[in-house]
Amino acid sequence: MATESTADAAHGAADLGACVSETGSAIGMPQLCADWMPNQIFWLVVALVVIYFVLSRIALPRIGGVLAERKGTITNDLTAAEELKAKAVEAEKAYQDALARARTEAAKIVAEAKAEIQKDLDAATARADAEIAAKASESEKRIGEIRAGALDAVTEVAKDTAKELVAALGGKADAKSVTAAVTARLKG
Amino acid sequence: MAEEAHSEGGLVFHPMDQFIVKPLFGHGPIEWYTPTNVTLWMGLAVLCVIGLFVLGTRGRAVIPSRIQSVAELAYGFIYKMVEDICGHDGVKYFPKIFTLFVFIIFTNYLGLLPMSFTPTSHIAVTAVLGFGVFFAVTLLGFYKHGAHFLGLFWMSDAPLILRPIIAVIEVISYFVRPVSHSIRLAGNIMAGHAVIKVFAGFAAIAAISPVSIAAIVAIYGLEVLVAFIQAYVFTILTCVYLKDALHPGH
Repeated sequence: MATESTADAAHGAADLGACVSETGSAIGMPQLCADWMPNQIFWLVVALVVIYFVLSRIALPRIGGVLAERKGTITNDLTAAEELKAKAVEAEKAYQDALARARTEAAKIVAEAKAEIQKDLDAATARADAEIAAKASESEKRIGEIRAGALDAVTEVAKDTAKELVAALGGKADAKSVTAAVTARLKG
Repeated sequence: MAEEAHSEGGLVFHPMDQFIVKPLFGHGPIEWYTPTNVTLWMGLAVLCVIGLFVLGTRGRAVIPSRIQSVAELAYGFIYKMVEDICGHDGVKYFPKIFTLFVFIIFTNYLGLLPMSFTPTSHIAVTAVLGFGVFFAVTLLGFYKHGAHFLGLFWMSDAPLILRPIIAVIEVISYFVRPVSHSIRLAGNIMAGHAVIKVFAGFAAIAAISPVSIAAIVAIYGLEVLVAFIQAYVFTILTCVYLKDALHPGH
């Protein structure tokens, strides 16, 4: 086994060239082995060309497109948001205006109602006052009449009483003179 | 080498074996067309790219799924980077820069799987990327601006006496760019993987194996960061170089 593997390694090393020892390890720096350089350069160029074509034909335009699309979407969304915000501000303003209008309207209606009530009240007061005045004057008249009536009655009573007194005292009173005397006394 | 000396004492250090390029089938010699582990892991990276960016975005949803939002995140990350650094006229090079980024990041992360192979740890691979960027950017600069592209090296706001000296320094640093650009990536990835392997070799000694395993965990965590940071750095430097080609005036 051992001899076989050594022989195999030796065989391999012989094929691998001057840069690998018989045991399969590197002689010096593998980086400086000129035998391998054409191979590395060839495959490097192949890899770079493949990557370049894959990137420049497929991947980069696609990613660039996606990024541009995203930027556009974001810009559009922001503009839409701005518009909606402006609309909201407008709506709020309209609402505030309507509110203010409604307030002034309400104030006006209240003032009108107050004025109307005041008018009615004034009219009713005036009517009541007039009624009261009328009633008062009537009452005064009645009181005057009653007073006058009372005076007449007092005169009458005084005359009658005087006549009766005169008669009782035994005098023969002449009605006319008694009346005159009483009237004179009442006046004085 | 050192590992041969240690192997007699029971410790086996082969930190570089993980970087060996092997044929996928048989033992034949590695020709330029041979399917190797390089092919396998680059192919897996390609499949991951397709899975994330093609299958993941299949829905084209305005409200993205989780995978789609990851793809969009990567897209937005690199797109913004290109736009910020190169300006608006750099955007048409975005697919190429994005290709570099996703290739590096997926090979880096796939390389962190145990038993895997990391193509970006090989200088041959990163040098092709680095020099490819360098030549592309330089040619683009001359194509767009002609001789004015050389104004990149002529600091018109420096004192006149210093300008030739600065120009020499600028030219040297310009030509060092692809070297540092490629070695930075390969070196970082290779070093991290080799260090993990070295600590894994120490785990054979029972007394220090807990320390060794803790170290592996810590380095692995670091490597997860490095895998992303190196892809990011490679990409951002590519953008900076591209900006120099598009606007050499400043």
